[in-house]
Amino acid sequence: MLTSPALDYNLLAPILIILGGALLGVLVEGFVGRTYRARIQLVLALASVAVAFGWVVSIRADVSQSAAVDSVSIDGGGLFLQGTILVLAFVALLFFSQNDHFAPQASALPGSAEEAQALSAGVQMTEIYPLVLFAISGMLLFPVAHDLITLFVALEVLSIPLYIITGLARRRRLLSQEAALKYFLLGAYSSAFFLFGAAFLYGFSGSLSLGQIRTAAAAPGANHIFLFLGVLFISVGLLFKVGAVPFHSWTPDVYQGAPTPVTGFMAACTKVAAFGAMFRIFIVAFSSIQNDWRPVFVAISIVTMAGGAIAVIVQRDVKRTLAYSSITHAGFLLAGAIALSKAGLTSMMFYLVAYGFATIGAFGIVTLVRDSTGEVSDIDRWAGLAKKSPGVATAFALFLMSFGGIPLTAGFIAKFSIFTAVYATGNIAILVVGVLSSAIALFFYLRVVLIMFFKEPTDDTVTVAVPSFLVSSGIVICFVATLVLGVYPNLLFNLANTMTTLVP
Amino acid sequence: MRTSSHLVYLIALPLFSSALLLLLGRIADKWGHLLATLVSASTFGIGVSEFVAMHSHTGANRAATQKLFEWISVGNLKVDASLLLDQLSICFVLLITGVGTLIHIYSIAYMDHDKDRRRFFAYLNFFIAAMLLLVLGDSYLNLYVGWEGVGLASYLLIGFWNQNPVYAVAAKKAFVANRVGDLGLSLAIMISFAQFGTVSFTGVKAGAPHASPAALTAIGAMLLLAAAGKSAQFPLQSWLGDAMAGPTPVSALIHAATMVTAGVYLITRSNFIFDASSTARILVVSVGVITLLFGAIVGTAKDDIKKALAASTMSQIGYMILATGLGPVGYAFAIMHLLTHGFFKAGMFLGAGSVMHGMDDEVNMRKYGGLAKLMPITAVTFGLGYLAILGVPPFAGFYSKDKIIETAFNQGGGKGIILGGAALLGAMITAFYMTRVVVLTFAGARRWKDGSHPHESSVLMWGPMVILALGSVASGFLLSMGSSLVNWLQPVVNASNATGGKELMKPLVVSLLALAVVILGAGYAIVKYRTVPEIAPEQVSVFTKAARKDLYQDVFNNAVLVKPGTILTAGLVATDHNVIDGAVRFVGWVISEVSDVLRKIQNGYVRSYALTMLVGVFIGAVILWVVTA
Repeated sequence: MLTSPALDYNLLAPILIILGGALLGVLVEGFVGRTYRARIQLVLALASVAVAFGWVVSIRADVSQSAAVDSVSIDGGGLFLQGTILVLAFVALLFFSQNDHFAPQASALPGSAEEAQALSAGVQMTEIYPLVLFAISGMLLFPVAHDLITLFVALEVLSIPLYIITGLARRRRLLSQEAALKYFLLGAYSSAFFLFGAAFLYGFSGSLSLGQIRTAAAAPGANHIFLFLGVLFISVGLLFKVGAVPFHSWTPDVYQGAPTPVTGFMAACTKVAAFGAMFRIFIVAFSSIQNDWRPVFVAISIVTMAGGAIAVIVQRDVKRTLAYSSITHAGFLLAGAIALSKAGLTSMMFYLVAYGFATIGAFGIVTLVRDSTGEVSDIDRWAGLAKKSPGVATAFALFLMSFGGIPLTAGFIAKFSIFTAVYATGNIAILVVGVLSSAIALFFYLRVVLIMFFKEPTDDTVTVAVPSFLVSSGIVICFVATLVLGVYPNLLFNLANTMTTLVP
Repeated sequence: MRTSSHLVYLIALPLFSSALLLLLGRIADKWGHLLATLVSASTFGIGVSEFVAMHSHTGANRAATQKLFEWISVGNLKVDASLLLDQLSICFVLLITGVGTLIHIYSIAYMDHDKDRRRFFAYLNFFIAAMLLLVLGDSYLNLYVGWEGVGLASYLLIGFWNQNPVYAVAAKKAFVANRVGDLGLSLAIMISFAQFGTVSFTGVKAGAPHASPAALTAIGAMLLLAAAGKSAQFPLQSWLGDAMAGPTPVSALIHAATMVTAGVYLITRSNFIFDASSTARILVVSVGVITLLFGAIVGTAKDDIKKALAASTMSQIGYMILATGLGPVGYAFAIMHLLTHGFFKAGMFLGAGSVMHGMDDEVNMRKYGGLAKLMPITAVTFGLGYLAILGVPPFAGFYSKDKIIETAFNQGGGKGIILGGAALLGAMITAFYMTRVVVLTFAGARRWKDGSHPHESSVLMWGPMVILALGSVASGFLLSMGSSLVNWLQPVVNASNATGGKELMKPLVVSLLALAVVILGAGYAIVKYRTVPEIAPEQVSVFTKAARKDLYQDVFNNAVLVKPGTILTAGLVATDHNVIDGAVRFVGWVISEVSDVLRKIQNGYVRSYALTMLVGVFIGAVILWVVTA
């Protein structure tokens, strides 16, 4: 007698809505004429994300439930992270509407006659939108997955579309394709580690479910070598995704090579998903042996914060700068994640939102700063930008201030709350390195501000493209969020405080 | 404690006006400066009415609070955005808004020819708002917001004329030194939170007696680091001289009267920490003594009038820091000196600005001379400030500085003699270099070029100078009459517990001693600078020649005048250049080298990236193995 398993579609609906939207998008590709395709795809993508978000909001009361035969946990923390991903993805999608970032035809060789033809015919790669939706569906599944197989599937579903869209930049296509290949190769490499780790954990506990791994880990007399190797290898897959040192090498190359709207999306949303998954694994499966593995992650957190901050100093390229900055932030987030406390989770979630808005906004501004050949990310050429476009320069400055943790921006509150959560665990080393590296990084951020505000514009100075309505509303949303969360963070903290339940 | 609903306007008004002026842009060029000045004056009005209101209450009800909103609430951390106006903060509110308003008025004329005058006033208003937040915040975190805000304002204003690259570098230098200090403040906040579970002043005060001595010392040391950064104290003093690149009204307001004294405020506000940790107090007095001598000695060697005054500011704040380290009774004297210094130093800076204004922005005092006849009002107001800083009775500095010297002597034993002796020595050097400034600028023969037409400034400029000069004359007497300030501050700093120490010498003896060394220093300067050969104006135009002469003169003066000082100056300057700047440069060098190595690892090859990851896994495994084995 086989009974079909109860899946709890209501709880899975946000993921399914996004997947449905993606599939519809594939159909649109096939059946809608070229004239309306881009517009329909954009509306479809935005609508799917919005509906999914609405659904997340509507089921937030049903917290702490397992769904899909215990392979998925829909709980406070998970829903908060899903909501965060959806909001950030929505804003990021607004920047996708500037379609001149993407290669007209991905299959055409860079610089070929075919490419030129596609370009002049106004062909657009509207497949971007379904690909992004697929990635979002993976991201939504990632932080709520409750067993290792689901986790792995989510990891791949979110990664593979990203590998593809990384290679789709319109200009500097070779760089973009190289970045995509690197990302793919290293991603596959880290996935192998992840699977290897899952195998070790299965060998150790006889189960792939996080709950049962915990039970086995807590039991005395177990073979801990398998367990520890499993913890380490599983983490490699996750640390790779968040770009923690020494698994970060891909970050600058990929962030620079990918089309800028994709970079913003990837930098913000992937981190939310991966840190959500990481926290869940750490606290659900491995918390009983935290004293054994924590030193490794303390070390990683420290080298990540310091490494990112130090490397950022010599950067001359805005996109690479933001990449190293995101590495430093990964270190801070990791510090919050391994605090393994309610305060750690709350502050990590707040940090992710604060960081996400500032990141998307910053990359959004990079898309606007151009010369005749396209985007310009050489910092020196941003000299005197404030004289030409004070609004854009001010917004960029605010995002940098938030990265640097200056009071009255969301970044300050985020850092402070992470630090207090870390302090509660008594780990002074992280704290000292954290404060020092934020000071170092801040020095750099302010240098960029100086260049924009205090240097005279030269003939070489770039111009700022007039943003479309969607793009400017994206920037405004990020700007307002960064400011409001800095002045009145309790709006979000009150919510985050109530949404910290995790299915054990 | 009562609540007041008006406190928020103190901050909101200037903040709003600053934002308005920046957002409106050129439209506001015509009236922007007037609005900013009006707003500043109205904050002073609010300050005065709050002061009056405080007088109508007694006891604990003197202090007032206003809760704005719940700012952060996560886990155990709960911080309200609340303001606290007590006996200590009202002193600052009146100083900031009062002197601030005068400087707004002065700047209307001073910045008249600048096309960015509106932006300048927007920054000034922003500074006022941030500084008021700094002194009105009821927790370390609220204070920190203001602390960063004034840092930003100072930075923007030092670099206001950033078309000059030297000025931009100066702004950057100030920024870096301040960041080191801010690091101290954020660490102090973290440790406070860890130790007390709160960052509000009342909470920390309640917890301080039960805290571990190590934690208190750590918090104290970090607060001192923060104070050193903001107040240009050893070892973070180097930025203040360069900060003089900003417009002179800024130097007067921010880098003399208010912002640079924030460190003194921080330590005084944290009296409960320092009272509980004698180690922290020793650190404080050491920093104070070193800086007061350092600044004074540097002051003797500066030809740039603003830099000479900046060195003097450094030294005078050294006195205040010293006073805060002398125990409960010292706090009140530190604040008293801070207030009197606010008057006389701001006045002298405005005087220097007036001189520069009349002299085509010339700052080299060797190219002044004999200006008293042409700029009588400037000379008189500057002279009154000069008498005040020297501590000549009955001018303001006499009351405040003598008290500090006296209290230092009363520390007892060798400590008292060292501290008191150093303070006396500082007073003598102060008398020397300030006399030098006055003589070079206002007395003697004219040494300026024929092209210059020194003239008295307009009433908008000399008006504020006159008011500040009145303060230089009377404020000391008013503040110390019947120990009025000491009694006023008593609820905040607990001065009643003060055991003034046994008196080493009678106050009168100390005063006479101080007066004697002042006369010695000043007289020496007058004598030395009278023997300076008079330089005819024609010769001055030959720049190199004059410069060489000045140089010889300097070497000569230094060798003969401050005999022990010469070596000390050289030593201190060398320390400044080699050790401190060197350390800063070294840190910078290490970071950029490491950065370069990182960049080499980041070579673009997937195979080396994969190898990095593998090495990372391996190291992780080793750590795991070591930890679990």
